[in-house]
Amino acid sequence: MWSRQRGGLKPLRCGVEQLRCRRREREAALRKARREQQLVSKRLLRDEALEEAEEGCVAMIFGEAEIQQFLRLAQRGTEEKEREGALVSLRRGLQCPETQQTFIRLEGSIRTLVGLLTSNQALLQLEAARCLHELSHSEQSAVVEACLPATSYLLTYLSGHSSDFISPHLTVLEALGYALSQLLQAKEAPEKIIPSVLGSTLPQHMLQLLQPGPKLNLGVAVEFAWCLHYIICSQVNNALLITQGALSTLGLLLLDLAGAVQRTEDAGLELLACPVLRCLSNLLTEAAAEAVGGQLQLRDERVVAALFILLQFLLQKQPSLLPEGLWLLNNLTANSPSFCTSLLSLDLIEPLLHLLSVSNVVSVLVLTVLCNVAEKGPAYCQRLWPGPLLSSLLDTLAFSDTEVVGQSLELLQLLFLYQPGAAQAFLQQSGLQALQRHEEVAQLQDRVHALQQTALHG
Amino acid sequence: MQLPPALHARLAGAPGSAEPLPVERDPAAGTTPFSFAPRLVRFPREHDFFEDGDVQRHLYLQDVLTQVGGAPERPRVPEFTCQVAGCCQVFDALEDYEHHYHALHRNVCSFCKRAFPSGHLLDTHILEWHDSLFQILAERQDMYQCLVEGCTEKFRTSRDRKEHLVMRHLYPADFRFDKPRRSRGQDFAVDSRIIWRTDFSMGDFYKALSISPAVPGAAEQVLAEALGDDRAPSEGDAMEVCSEHVEPSPEPAGERRAYSHRIPSTICFGQGASRGFKSAKKRNKHQ
Repeated sequence: MWSRQRGGLKPLRCGVEQLRCRRREREAALRKARREQQLVSKRLLRDEALEEAEEGCVAMIFGEAEIQQFLRLAQRGTEEKEREGALVSLRRGLQCPETQQTFIRLEGSIRTLVGLLTSNQALLQLEAARCLHELSHSEQSAVVEACLPATSYLLTYLSGHSSDFISPHLTVLEALGYALSQLLQAKEAPEKIIPSVLGSTLPQHMLQLLQPGPKLNLGVAVEFAWCLHYIICSQVNNALLITQGALSTLGLLLLDLAGAVQRTEDAGLELLACPVLRCLSNLLTEAAAEAVGGQLQLRDERVVAALFILLQFLLQKQPSLLPEGLWLLNNLTANSPSFCTSLLSLDLIEPLLHLLSVSNVVSVLVLTVLCNVAEKGPAYCQRLWPGPLLSSLLDTLAFSDTEVVGQSLELLQLLFLYQPGAAQAFLQQSGLQALQRHEEVAQLQDRVHALQQTALHG
Repeated sequence: MQLPPALHARLAGAPGSAEPLPVERDPAAGTTPFSFAPRLVRFPREHDFFEDGDVQRHLYLQDVLTQVGGAPERPRVPEFTCQVAGCCQVFDALEDYEHHYHALHRNVCSFCKRAFPSGHLLDTHILEWHDSLFQILAERQDMYQCLVEGCTEKFRTSRDRKEHLVMRHLYPADFRFDKPRRSRGQDFAVDSRIIWRTDFSMGDFYKALSISPAVPGAAEQVLAEALGDDRAPSEGDAMEVCSEHVEPSPEPAGERRAYSHRIPSTICFGQGASRGFKSAKKRNKHQ
């Protein structure tokens, strides 16, 4: 993947350290933006690219006549190069907000663009996709909304029944997905845009594009998975998505992803893993999920196996995504004796414990999942014991983070309650000393005392 | 993080799960000062929990955008010609050829040679245009199937179907199916390389012209229609979905179709044809 370095024309001169430093800067900027609720701002995405733009293209504001001219040339020019060139010029113009406004207000412009997006000339199709990219960067919701009606039609054409996806189609699909994902992030999306998206056939198309199989394309799937995430976490009508098979599709996709990470070092699978994990986790909280719980996918222990394979992958590739994976594990196990049993029967407790040293957030989540298992009673605690659990807990009690310690205390209470011999073993391993450390901490002291009592007096 | 070796095999195995262990809770569990209870957790869009993932996503997008802005490198090959009979399109990149083939030759109607973007649309076309039983049935029941996969609606007429597609599936109001009728304002781009076709019989053409339609000028209309070739490099025709009624001609659909589909879709003979062209052009109103 090449990208032009700021001010630099000779990427070879940039050392790896410089690139890392650059990336850290970008990351910091994005974090700051998100906290200020500005992450959606297309400006952030555009700034990078614009600063390195070729000269002249930034200043292009086109009027109606010029836009019409370009469109006409693109549609009816006799020379291929001429038609392509017209679209390239148009695209440059569309980098300016003024030109974007003019474009969408011009009658028939979107329709023409849609026509070009379905052209039987590959290069035109690609160039049209780039124009669509530009439009979807707009800060003005009016511009992006103007593209929405075309999306349904385009998705039908591009994904309906074609047995083969060929590369220009994929590019256009990806562009569409991206444009839609921008649209769905707008502030007014939950009230205005998402209801109409849910009322159309778009969700069905999106789910189709996420079906695992030979037709699944990573770039396209990533965009539409993010679209789905923005829809789901806005909580407008998730029950509808569930009736359309979202849980089923995403579950199968999770399995497929886990298979893929085993087979390949392919960069980019985490880009798809993230939104899939989020969608599944949020959907599982819906009441409607209970209703379809009878479906195999929600009891299938392969889901747990897949999730752990992904957790291992994320640990290597993108540890910052571990909390999201563990969030899903929590939602899978919270109310499910079946999945809790799977954790035990598939021998996944020990791997889970290995994650305890990654970070405080991860540790709290791991302990929460263990509590989900332990709270189901003696039959479960019996399978948690003995083993490395005790020594892991003694380790976590040494943490300074109150939440980590607090969750450890909750787990200890359950173990003491359901597993005979646990308290005894705890005492023998200097558990009391480990507890003592926290006797003065406000949020912890009551629980510490209670455990001390139980350990000593049963 | 070491995973049990059997795990990978389990993933590849059959769906299913072990019998869940019996659940047996003690009321003392999670009582004061303890508070644990298993909870489903849901996060709304702006939650901090999503910060890391969102930042990664945007880093990726920033990288992608710098790519999209530039022109891709396309490997060139020595020029070659499309091998499909009657098509002389020339290419110097395999990607273009692949695209061309899929768009124009892959799903071609063997009766009338029209090309369709997908097998499904081709099948629908054949059913509606070349199956005599279809017309008979259509007189008594709703036969025009919605073109969107997953939508099971059927309609009495093609026009009704079109309306449904526009209203329900947000299709553009002027899309066309199967009928190479020129959109208003679109000039007919003559591609000299595909004008002369040899896989139809002249006899068919003359026979077609000799049928005198009820409305004067309709023969020319028919010719103009036929000349509106969807194989020409024009846009918006690739996904045509439409009414078989061609305004302004009021002939019964069946009759007109009986001969219009037999007219080869690309044809140009000297005067007659160019007259047809001109009238098509004249008929087209500019946008």
